[in-house]
Amino acid sequence: MKRRTLLLGALAAAMGSARAEPEVIRIVARKFVFEPAEITLRVGVPVILELTAPEVAMGFDAPGLKLNTEIPPGKPVRLAFTPDRPGEFEFVCDVFCGSGHEDMGGVVKVLP
Amino acid sequence: MHPINRRDFLKVASFGGLVFASGLSGCASRAAKSEADEFYFVQLSDTHWGFQGAPNPDAKVTLPKAVAAVNALDPQPDFIVFTGDLTHTTDDPAERRRRLAEFKKIISELKVKDVRLMPGEHDASLDRGEAYKEFFGETHYSFDHKGVHFIALDNVSDPAARIGEEQLAWLKADLAKQAADARIVVLTHRPLFPLFPQWDWATKDGEQAIELLMPHRNVTVFYGHIHQEHHFKTAHIEHHSAKSLIFPLPAPGSQPKRAPIAWDPAQPYRGLGFREVEAEHDEYKLTEYPVVKA
Repeated sequence: MKRRTLLLGALAAAMGSARAEPEVIRIVARKFVFEPAEITLRVGVPVILELTAPEVAMGFDAPGLKLNTEIPPGKPVRLAFTPDRPGEFEFVCDVFCGSGHEDMGGVVKVLP
Repeated sequence: MHPINRRDFLKVASFGGLVFASGLSGCASRAAKSEADEFYFVQLSDTHWGFQGAPNPDAKVTLPKAVAAVNALDPQPDFIVFTGDLTHTTDDPAERRRRLAEFKKIISELKVKDVRLMPGEHDASLDRGEAYKEFFGETHYSFDHKGVHFIALDNVSDPAARIGEEQLAWLKADLAKQAADARIVVLTHRPLFPLFPQWDWATKDGEQAIELLMPHRNVTVFYGHIHQEHHFKTAHIEHHSAKSLIFPLPAPGSQPKRAPIAWDPAQPYRGLGFREVEAEHDEYKLTEYPVVKA
């Protein structure tokens, strides 16, 4: 009985590991910066980007990664994705948010 | 989508302007029209009144100089259009109104009083066009002039750069009144096609507007936003962007950042200008003018 319990425990641990939640990377969009503005990921490793905009509506547009969302103020938005190729992919705020909007951007670096 | 070969430029015209023939597919009915249907209008864009900074140390006189240059055209155009970003953005609503008022006063010096305006995101995106409308009225509309149907589309009052379902429905209804071979000119601020979304040079639902325009054989779009000339085709629809009157921007994707091209004291106003659009039977002839004669 004891041995059976141990085996079940190991199996459950293995299943838990296989179903491990992707890492959540939190990005805050505020006037007029993304924090952080540089994110490093790995090819094939799934992640969730959690975007928040504490002040006004913002946008997150990374055309090279086919990621685009609006970020309503105060409501976190989650984008789940798995990078499939290495490279540096720029992102910008594509919701006009004020006098520094045009300089508001960052880069996602995807390592092999 | 096809870029228009710049070798299509025909010749260097007077005033140092370049001429570009924007061909429409001709048809017998239009070819038979009289010279009474020929006219020209002037497009100015991206004046960014209120801008201060190194990219244009002469910002306070650039727009008045452009007004003087337009007033010197002979003959005068039938009308004048400004395709957005009349003022430079400010987070202060009172300052926004001050800039709009100053802009309105400066362009009141234009000899031609038929002036058609539309906002850019700098004018309208922070208050959904509220201040702009107080000064200049509706942000989208249509009008007819000597056989050409003009449509001004607003793709900036929504800060997310959408035309929006309501305006698209209005566009559909407006186009329904036009024959398939009607001559249609669309005036707007942002490119309707995804020119370079990495630099926010796109309209999120622009493809829907293009889809509505597609059944019409003779459509030409004039826009601003990118502070340089650019000529492009989506199927049979031509898209021509205009130079700015504040500072030029680099070619799409030509450098890592979308930063203004530096002011050159040896060549002030380089890269700035306005254009003349001459409507002739089955084509538009574009002539580019500098702010000041070389």
